[in-house]
Amino acid sequence: MIFKKDLGLLVLILVVGTVVALINPRFLLPANVSNTANQVGLFGIIAVAQAFVVLTGGIDLSVGAVVALLGVLFIDMIVNLQVHWGVAALIVVAAGMLMGWVHGVLVAKVGLQPFVVTLCALLIYRGAARYYTKDATVGFGFGESFPTLEWLTAGRSEIFAPLARLFGHDGPTIAVPHTLIALILITLIAGVMLHRSVLGRYLFAIGKNEEAARYSGIATARITIAAYVICCGLAGVAAIFMAMYTRSIAPAVHGNFYELYAIAAAVLGGFSLRGGEGSLIGVVLGTILLQILQNLVNLLGIPSSLNFAVMGSVILIGVLADQQFARYRARSLARAARQARAAPDARPQPP
Amino acid sequence: MNVPLLELIEIRKTYPGVLALDAVSLSVGRGEVVGLVGENGAGKSTLMKVLGGVVAPDAGTIRTEGIESHALTVKEALAAGIAFVHQELNLFENLDVAANVFIGREALVGGWLRLIDTQLLRRRVQPFLERLGCDFGADALVQHLSLAQRQLVEIAKALSLNARLVIMDEPTSSLTIAETERLLGVIAGLKADGVSVIFISHRLNEVERCADRVVVLRDGKVAGALERGQITHASMIRMMIGRDLKDIYIPPAGTHDGAALEVAGLRTSCYPDQAVDLTVRRGEILGLAGLVGSGRTELACALFGIDRPLAGSVRIDGALLEGHAPRAAIERGLYFVPEDRKRSGLLLDMSIAENISLPNLRAFARRSIVALGAELQNAERQRKNLGIRAPNVGTAVGLLSGGNQQKVVLAKWLSMSPRAIILDEPTRGIDVGSKNDIYTLLRSLADSGVAILMISSDMEEVIGVCDRIAVMHEGRIAGVLERPQFSEHNVLRLAVGSSVEPGRGMEAAIGEHA
Repeated sequence: MIFKKDLGLLVLILVVGTVVALINPRFLLPANVSNTANQVGLFGIIAVAQAFVVLTGGIDLSVGAVVALLGVLFIDMIVNLQVHWGVAALIVVAAGMLMGWVHGVLVAKVGLQPFVVTLCALLIYRGAARYYTKDATVGFGFGESFPTLEWLTAGRSEIFAPLARLFGHDGPTIAVPHTLIALILITLIAGVMLHRSVLGRYLFAIGKNEEAARYSGIATARITIAAYVICCGLAGVAAIFMAMYTRSIAPAVHGNFYELYAIAAAVLGGFSLRGGEGSLIGVVLGTILLQILQNLVNLLGIPSSLNFAVMGSVILIGVLADQQFARYRARSLARAARQARAAPDARPQPP
Repeated sequence: MNVPLLELIEIRKTYPGVLALDAVSLSVGRGEVVGLVGENGAGKSTLMKVLGGVVAPDAGTIRTEGIESHALTVKEALAAGIAFVHQELNLFENLDVAANVFIGREALVGGWLRLIDTQLLRRRVQPFLERLGCDFGADALVQHLSLAQRQLVEIAKALSLNARLVIMDEPTSSLTIAETERLLGVIAGLKADGVSVIFISHRLNEVERCADRVVVLRDGKVAGALERGQITHASMIRMMIGRDLKDIYIPPAGTHDGAALEVAGLRTSCYPDQAVDLTVRRGEILGLAGLVGSGRTELACALFGIDRPLAGSVRIDGALLEGHAPRAAIERGLYFVPEDRKRSGLLLDMSIAENISLPNLRAFARRSIVALGAELQNAERQRKNLGIRAPNVGTAVGLLSGGNQQKVVLAKWLSMSPRAIILDEPTRGIDVGSKNDIYTLLRSLADSGVAILMISSDMEEVIGVCDRIAVMHEGRIAGVLERPQFSEHNVLRLAVGSSVEPGRGMEAAIGEHA
C-alpha cells in the first residue's frame, strides 16, 4: 500500500518539518504537535472521502457545504430536539450517504458532469444550512454538555507516556487527539477497501478506462454511485467531528473551501483528477503537509493573509516536481517495455 | 490525354512487419474520375495518406504537374491542389457553413482587433454552394445538416482551396439512394469543370457509374486497371481477389452439435430496418465477414449488451439472455473480445494479472478482499497456456506487444469457462507468430465445445480459420457459406450485395488450379 510517490511526499514533509523546527523550535512543542494532529484528523477524513470520488475521475465540490449543513442538523438535533447523540450521528451519516447517492445517480445514470452536479449541490446545501438556522450561528448553550460525545470526538488521550511508563521510561507527553485516531481507523479501513478489495479494484479500473471496465462486465454506474455515497457518508462523519471541534457553526462560512483542501491533499498525494491513480497513504500525507504549511505560516511570522498563497505555491511546485518525475519514469518504463518484449520466448503449450 | 495532373511512381511503404504499398503507380489526368477499389487492408488508405502528405513513402516518386519529389508535406499537398473529403467528416459542428469552409483563412476586419468578417465569408461561400447545388445557406449551422449536406460542405471547402484533385474516401457509404444520386451528379459537375476525382468505394455500382478508369489494389500492389468500357462488377471483383491462400485451416476434432448462440430478429440502431438471424453451433468457428461499416461490430455490441438492441432475442444454450448489460452476457458465459483492445479491452497501466482477473474478480476474493496469491497464480497459469511473452504477470499490459496484449484479453475470458466467445478483428495489428498462436487457441477452444463467432476483415483469416462464414451487407446477413462454398469470390460477392455464383467455391477453385 506504500508507493514510491508516497515516500517522496514523506521526505518532503520531513524536510519542511525540520526546517520549520530549526527556525522556530516551538513547532515541536507537545501542544503544537497535538493541535496540528487534531487539524490533520479533521481535514484528513474529508480528504479520504474526496479520494474515492477523485479516483473515479470525478470530483465532489459539495463536501464543505455538506459539512456545514449536516453539522447544523447534528447540533440542532442533539441540542434543540433532544435526540440522543448516537441516533443523531447515525441520521447525519445516513443523510450524507443519501446526498452522495443523489450525486452519484446524477453523474453515472443521468450523465451530468460531476463538477456541475456537485457545484449545484454545494450551493443548495449552503443555502439550506443558512435558511435552516435563519442565518444564525448555532451552538451549545451555557451548561449543555455531552461528556461522552465530547470525549469521543474532541477529546485527547495521553498514549505515548503511559506506554513508555510500562517499559519504565518517561515518554513524550503528547495528547493524541481522538480526531487523529478516527482518521487512522478510517484510513486503515478505506485503505484496505481501495487497495485490496474488489470495490477498490473496480474504482481504479473505472478511473483508468471506464469503457474497458464496462466491457469486462463491471457495473460501472453502480460502482461510481458507491464512490459518491462513501464520499458524502464520510463527509457526514467529518461534519460531526468538525461541529464538536468548533462547538458553534456559522452556516455561511463553516466548512468553506474544505472541498478544495481535500482536493489539494489528494492531488499532493498523487491522485490524478483524470482518475485511476493515487494511494490513500498519499492523501493522508498530503493532508499532513498542508497542515504543516498552515502551521508554518503562523510560526514563521508570515502574515496570515499569505496563507493561501503559500499553500498554492507549494502545491504547484509539488505537482511540477511530480510531473518531471513522471517523465523520468515514463522513460524508464519505455526501457522496461523493450526488455519485456525481449523476454524469453514462450510458445503456448498444446492443452 | 495530356500531361497527367498527378503521378505516383513506384511508391513503396512498409510498416513494421507489413508491406503496405509495394511499387504502386497511379496517375490521374485532368478532369478524370479514377475509381480506387480493393479489399479492406489492400493499401487504399495508406496510398491516400501518401497523397495527403500525412505519410511519407519509403521509396518512389510523386510528380505533380511535372515537379518531382519523394514525399509531399501536408502543405505541399494542399498547394498542389489535393483535397480530401474524409470518411469521418472533419467539420466543426458548432460553426456555420461559411466558418467551416474558411477555417484558418478567415477574412478579417477591424485592424488589430482581428474581427472576423462574417458577412464577407458568407458572400464568398455562396458561389461554391450554388455550384454544388446545395439546398442550404452559408449561415446554416453544420450540426443541423445531414451527412450528405456535410459532405457537400467538405467539397465546397475543397473547391475554395482551388482543389484540382478531390479525393473521396467511401463518400456514399452512409448516404441514401437519392443523396448518392446527387453526389454522383456533383462528381460529374466537378469533372466538367476540369477537377479530377479519386473515388474510393466498396460500392462497386457507384464506381461503375462514375469512374473513367478503375485501379484495383490488392495486398499493397496494383492488381490491374480497367478502362471505361471494361469496368464491370465481375471484372473488378476478379481483380480484387486472386491470390493463393495459404492453407491454415485446422479441421475440428468432432462434429458440431446443437446451437450455443442463437440470435433471432435482432435489430441495431445503426441498421434499424434489418433484422439479423444467426446461429453459432457448439464447437464451431463461425466467421462474420463483410465490408467495413456493414454492421458487424454493432451486431457484436448488441449481442454482448454494450448497446441496447431495438428488437430481437439472444439465446445462449437455449436460455434467453435478459437484461442488456455485459454483466448479463458474462453470467451466461458469452464473452466479447472487442476490436479496439487498447480502448475497450484492456487497462493499459494495470498489470497482466489485474487485467486477467477483472471480469471475474469476485472469484479471486474472500469477503470482498482480493486474494493476491490466487490472482497471481491464475494469471501465471494463463501466461503459460497462452504463451504471453512478459517478464512476469506484474508487468503493465501497456508495455507488451500487440499480439501479447491480445492474448491478455483472451486470457481474461478463458479463465472463466466460456460457452460462446465473440471476437472482433482478433488479429488486427498482430505479428504472424501471435496470429498462429491465436488460431490454434481458437480451434482448441472450439473443440472443447465453445461456440466462436469471429468478425474479421482479413479474407485469408476468414477462409483459413472458420468452419462457416456468414457475410453481412448493410446490416443484414447476406448469406452463410459452408466450407465447400468458401472462396474470396463468394465472400466478396455477398459482401457487396450480389448473390453467390454456383460452382465458384473452394472445389471449383481447386479444379481451376489443377
